Amino acid sequence: MALKIGVLAKQVIDPEMPMAAFRVDSDANKVVTPPNIPPVVNGFDENAVEAALLLKDAQEATITVISSGTEFALDVMKKPLSMGADELILLQDDAFGNTIDSFFTARVLAEAVRKLEGFDLIICGRQASDWDNAQVPLGLAELLGLSCIALCRKVDVSDGKVTAECTTPDGYEVVEADLPALVTVSNELGQPRYPTLRGIMAATRKKPTIWTMSDLGMDSAELEPRVTLRSLFVPETGQDCEYIEGENAADAGRQLALKLREDKLI
Amino acid sequence: MAEATGVLVLGELAGGELASVSQELLAAGRKLADDLGEELTIALLGASVEGASQQAISYGADRVYAVTHPLLEEYQVDLNLAALESLCQETNPNVLLIARTESGRELAPRLAFRLGVGLAQDCLEVSVDPAAKRLLANRPVYGGNAIAVISCDLTPQIAAVRPKVYEPLEPDPSRQGQVVSFPVELESSQARTRIVERVEETSTGIKLEDARVVVSGGRGLGGPEPFAHLEELAKVMGGAVGASRAAVDSGWVPVAYQVGLTGKTITPEIYIMVAISGASQHMAGCSGAKVIVAINKDSEANIFREARYGVVGDWEQIIPAFTAAVRELVQS
Repeated sequence: MALKIGVLAKQVIDPEMPMAAFRVDSDANKVVTPPNIPPVVNGFDENAVEAALLLKDAQEATITVISSGTEFALDVMKKPLSMGADELILLQDDAFGNTIDSFFTARVLAEAVRKLEGFDLIICGRQASDWDNAQVPLGLAELLGLSCIALCRKVDVSDGKVTAECTTPDGYEVVEADLPALVTVSNELGQPRYPTLRGIMAATRKKPTIWTMSDLGMDSAELEPRVTLRSLFVPETGQDCEYIEGENAADAGRQLALKLREDKLI
Repeated sequence: MAEATGVLVLGELAGGELASVSQELLAAGRKLADDLGEELTIALLGASVEGASQQAISYGADRVYAVTHPLLEEYQVDLNLAALESLCQETNPNVLLIARTESGRELAPRLAFRLGVGLAQDCLEVSVDPAAKRLLANRPVYGGNAIAVISCDLTPQIAAVRPKVYEPLEPDPSRQGQVVSFPVELESSQARTRIVERVEETSTGIKLEDARVVVSGGRGLGGPEPFAHLEELAKVMGGAVGASRAAVDSGWVPVAYQVGLTGKTITPEIYIMVAISGASQHMAGCSGAKVIVAINKDSEANIFREARYGVVGDWEQIIPAFTAAVRELVQS
């Protein structure tokens, strides 16, 4: 039997955009989507797609990518398909706004996973670069009652078990769990592969499946919020930097040492 | 059900002693409890937790829940979750504080979902809204480019607090408190993951998190070799070497070197950043540094907005001269 893999992917504002383009609308408590800067697939979610593809390189597997949101840039969200994933499910509804409330998002995703009759393995990026919540994957594991291994940098599946290398502060540990399971991955997994031309053409032909809230048999009344965003602001940072100069770069290095000595730092 | 009350801190142990992150959390929790007019309690989980109980009281706890079971001897997330779930159901706390450590960052969200409540993740500050008497949590979002203030709508109101943002209170060994034994029932089958092997990869010498001086290198170094220069400088200054995510992703140094939002949080006296642009994701791991020194050839780099001292120029010229001068000054 082919291994059935689900991958969660989120469309986010490009975190690599110039900082000068970053704006917060403090009245609406939201980050202003910068014009002319297209969104991207969350970076850690691309690592998750890569983890799934590495499994598929080694064994028979199908990869279904699931995303939740109000509107999607299709060319962006098709990137996992062009990398080699098989299927894309977009959970699209005006109610699925980009909320800081992870409980809401995880509930929606859990319903979609149930509708897809579950997976052997769900792979997620450790956190999304917008709210940095690092909660939806772990919460989804709880809602679905799955074994859970967090912060993996290598994921293998054999004999109905997932074995993962997890990053720890001093190195890594090898952890195993029975399937079905959910794992989160981090950048340590390695660079996601680039889409091939053939992959891009195949992705062009594929149509995503779109499910609304009612397709999921959900009712907004049952989605009571767990957290409330009270305010959102850009923090005051920065200080006056004292530039150390010298006759040349090497001299500036010496002047820096003298300055730190003056301040009794060395 | 009776109204939720009390501020509960999840304690962590380090070699049988109360971990420093838990001392920090007790300071944060003490303030919240006083502002709410409620009790401050701490949960200590393990096979036996006697040693740390009195420490927790001296750092501000009114009461210690000694949550014990032989299976809690070694940390395993599923077993700790099950134990905490029953403690929360039994004691019905109003606020629960968890340190966002390696274990806390997984445990906190899972516990919140299990209890069906919300979580304020990775908080820099927790306070009490004086009007509503509810928890307010400030947390960085968008890689630290913005701060969100959130509140939790149900109880327990759970916050995962970033390590090293609160200072522990001065311990008072004469402080009195109560130790309540809370034995839990656990089955080994509740542990759904098994640790097969543990491997240490850190460099020898001073730990990054504990170092008084940290020298980090980034993308601008261009390869792994220049890190030898940083190692030499760190050695002269009695410090440790760190790196940006770009340097780690390029495979120049091990993952354990990474400082930042998804790496380590450091609070050195001096943080010397070499060829690092200073993106907010990196700064999230070092904003507690007392003095930041930036060395970068790009005078427009963001790091010059965060640094106390800056040198604009080529690190290849600056670092050897700086290292030699520091060596001379240290020896004189």
